[in-house]
Amino acid sequence: MSQSTMDRPLRTEPAPEPAARPRRRLKGGTLLYLYTWLVIIWLIVPIFVMIAFSFNNPAGRYNQHWDGFTLKWWHPAKLFEIQDLSQALWTSLIIAVISSLLSAALGTGIGYALGRYRFRGSGTLNVIMFSTISSPELIMGASLLSLFVSLNVGPGFTTIVIAHVMFSISFVAAIVRARVVTLDRSIEEAAADLGATPWTTFWKVTFPIILPAVFSGILLAFALSIDDFVVTNFTAGSTVTFPLWIWGATRVGLPPQVNVMGTLIFGVGVLIALVTNLRSRKQKKD
Amino acid sequence: MNRLKRQLAPYFLVLPGGLWLLVFFAVPMIAMLSLSLQQGDVVYGYRLTFHWQNYTDAISGYHDQLVRSLIYAAIGTILLIALSFPVAHWIAFYGGKRKPTYLFLLLLPFFVSFVLRTISWRQILTDDGPVLQPLKHIGVLPDSYHLLGTPEAVIGGLVYNYLPFMVLPIYVALERIDPRVVEASRDLYASPALSFRKVILPLALPGVFAGVLMSFVPMASDYVNSEVLGSQSTTMIGQVIQSKYLQTSDYPTASALSFILMAVLLVGIFAYARALGTEDVMKVAAR
Repeated sequence: MSQSTMDRPLRTEPAPEPAARPRRRLKGGTLLYLYTWLVIIWLIVPIFVMIAFSFNNPAGRYNQHWDGFTLKWWHPAKLFEIQDLSQALWTSLIIAVISSLLSAALGTGIGYALGRYRFRGSGTLNVIMFSTISSPELIMGASLLSLFVSLNVGPGFTTIVIAHVMFSISFVAAIVRARVVTLDRSIEEAAADLGATPWTTFWKVTFPIILPAVFSGILLAFALSIDDFVVTNFTAGSTVTFPLWIWGATRVGLPPQVNVMGTLIFGVGVLIALVTNLRSRKQKKD
Repeated sequence: MNRLKRQLAPYFLVLPGGLWLLVFFAVPMIAMLSLSLQQGDVVYGYRLTFHWQNYTDAISGYHDQLVRSLIYAAIGTILLIALSFPVAHWIAFYGGKRKPTYLFLLLLPFFVSFVLRTISWRQILTDDGPVLQPLKHIGVLPDSYHLLGTPEAVIGGLVYNYLPFMVLPIYVALERIDPRVVEASRDLYASPALSFRKVILPLALPGVFAGVLMSFVPMASDYVNSEVLGSQSTTMIGQVIQSKYLQTSDYPTASALSFILMAVLLVGIFAYARALGTEDVMKVAAR
């Protein structure tokens, strides 16, 4: 993650001011502070509900009303009881792994080239990347399905991977480029002066420096893939991923197992984000 | 030889990814355009006959849903600006050491699947759910009152799901403002309100525009919120396109509708890119 703006020295902290003004400021600040927390709580409420209902012991088939606390859904035997749901989660994980690694490889190439070289066509590439980031998912999904229909290709696992790589590449490239731009070129020149070939220089000097960016690219691509619903819906055919299974089950009501799995994905995601964030901060201090 | 190698290097690096984007992003658009001008049916196949009537049929048949989607997205965007600006402002100017923490909290919903989040809201807002039930019990709301199935619920869901896309770009713009500029305006006797209007607001506008782009476009084409939180009377254009593609396999009408929607949104996207450049959106994407 590029944190140049986040970790800039705190020059925005209100400087000590003459005594007359700060009081009003403080009041406005407090109001805004409360307001910000209100918005954050609003954002978190549905997550809280999801987690809470993973501990619910519903009386009927539907996990709609709070009927009492239980841990039984967290037991693996119960959790993976619904076979096609477990299969869907597994499919989602595999797709996320493959597509994040692929898009990292392809996106790093683009990001590095854009950050390092000036070349003909970089403008067009920029426009295409901007388009994939800002295009509505619905249109990307619909157009991909149009292509597959025109070519008579049956959508399925492979087409989902193709689609996920497509919409992730630009994000990876943007992250890697942001890092490459800030790279100190003299380090590479030093390596060259010491007789390293460009190839050695890249793998021994440049790559280790941009590796954290590549890594955050992989994580972002993974997150985008495992949560994606719209594009997947269009390119899945009869393959079912975790979000697609949920979508299919909405009308009949979701079983508590979905809440447990959702909570697990949430927990792991938050944990990884926190760990990488702490690590990058520690590195900055060192 | 070496010089040539150096000149070709960027192309080798860009080629695989660039090809991928070309084949699976640009080419599909052309395939969709072609499909929207074809005639036929699923059984006997489709043939390209430049059947422009697909477009007029699509517009006359689904005019209501298209306009409704744009109106919902517009209302949602206005609400988003009003909701997000104070939050972004507070984090940028008062967040201090905790800035990354607050941004992280705002991004928490992204760790839960979009569909699951929306379904969670349905659970909260049902007629006998934790919000409406108590209000009905104490008599604030009539027993017949319900929220699900109304435009309010759909727009509420849209605003909820796309809030971070508005807060982040505004925050990035506000964070860039040199506080000395604001101080200077205060030293020149501008009231806080005036300095906000004349200094902060103009500098924050690019962020607001980026946020509008990043939230209006997905909101206008969303179909999850109105499917989960809405009803027949809140059908949005995304739902029509989705069901025509995936349920009735009416590809020509579906692709014509997608193209119309894309054209409407693209005008906005490119007007934005021309006027303000692509940098802000890319920066937010790189976070």
